[in-house]
Amino acid sequence: MIVGQQKDFDEIKKMISGYSRLLVLGCQTCVAISFAGGMREVEILASMIRMDRKMAGQDVEIVEEAILRQCDFEFLDSVKDLVADCDVVLSLACGVGVQAMAERYPDKVILPGINTTFMGLTEEMGIWSERCAGCGDCVLDRTGGLCPIARCSKGLLNGPCGGSVNGKCEISPDVDCVWQLIIDRLKALNQLEKLEEIFPIKDWSVSGHGGTRKIIREDLTA
Amino acid sequence: MKGKFEPLILAFCCNFCPSCSADLAESAKLQYPPNIRIIKVPCIGAVGTIHILKALENGADGVCLMGCLEGNCEYSTGNFRARKRVQYVKKLLGKLSIEKERLEIYNLSAAEAHRFCKLAREITETVRTLGPIPLKIDNSKI
Repeated sequence: MIVGQQKDFDEIKKMISGYSRLLVLGCQTCVAISFAGGMREVEILASMIRMDRKMAGQDVEIVEEAILRQCDFEFLDSVKDLVADCDVVLSLACGVGVQAMAERYPDKVILPGINTTFMGLTEEMGIWSERCAGCGDCVLDRTGGLCPIARCSKGLLNGPCGGSVNGKCEISPDVDCVWQLIIDRLKALNQLEKLEEIFPIKDWSVSGHGGTRKIIREDLTA
Repeated sequence: MKGKFEPLILAFCCNFCPSCSADLAESAKLQYPPNIRIIKVPCIGAVGTIHILKALENGADGVCLMGCLEGNCEYSTGNFRARKRVQYVKKLLGKLSIEKERLEIYNLSAAEAHRFCKLAREITETVRTLGPIPLKIDNSKI
């Protein structure tokens, strides 16, 4: 899932200054799971904005709403009346959701309330970590299901490097060396021979280095 | 705001221990400030950030959470979660320039009627000293 973090309140305050009718719009999918942009966070942020405006003696009218997915156009139509009635939309969706809203509602100011951080998973309640870098050419079949692109600090394909000490990365004793994890896992799976194959130079053109990526499936298009 | 300011304090009390202490205080005819309004909750860990913020937004001058003693939570970790949540909300209040002392969390057993009254007086006095919450709400209408 996409993991996000709510922006600092002072930054949000600055973005919405001058607007008096706000739609705070959450997304009930990924960012709700990472406690950054679901209905719960919409209510909290709206309450804070109202209190802040009250103390500043400024009027504000806030509509709180969250939709199932902000990254799909078909879900965005359900809020068209709410969008029409507000001055600005403060979206708590990931960057994809914010852009989908901006594309669907070209005449409306759409502001981001969260920073989209990474693609990852919930390790435990309150802890999320990165797992995928979206490199466009998955190598997990050769690395025991552990990604060296996203989880090696250097993104090495033929690791580990000399900075791996007791299974930890040289950048911090709190960070696992993913190459150590890969070796341990391949050993457990009796697949250590996979490490004898040297990874060739990776084609980064499919990783966004060749420009904005787009997928077209002719069999599915109208 | 002439005269003596009387704050409105919302006390979320866990249904297991602190609520019993409050009941005990009442049946023993012990006095605690009438400023305290109690809301019983099934576990103090069930009180979310939004409940605390809404209380302050809608007229409470202070909020306190009363949970069971540490290690005695019926649901194992509810009171620990609540303590962390209170710290988090205090940070949010800091962002709003609202005094963090308006929010407190206490742990008490089911048989601490005197302590319940003492804590009620403590939070009331703290908030009374701070004055009305700076949200320009007329508390007398609540």
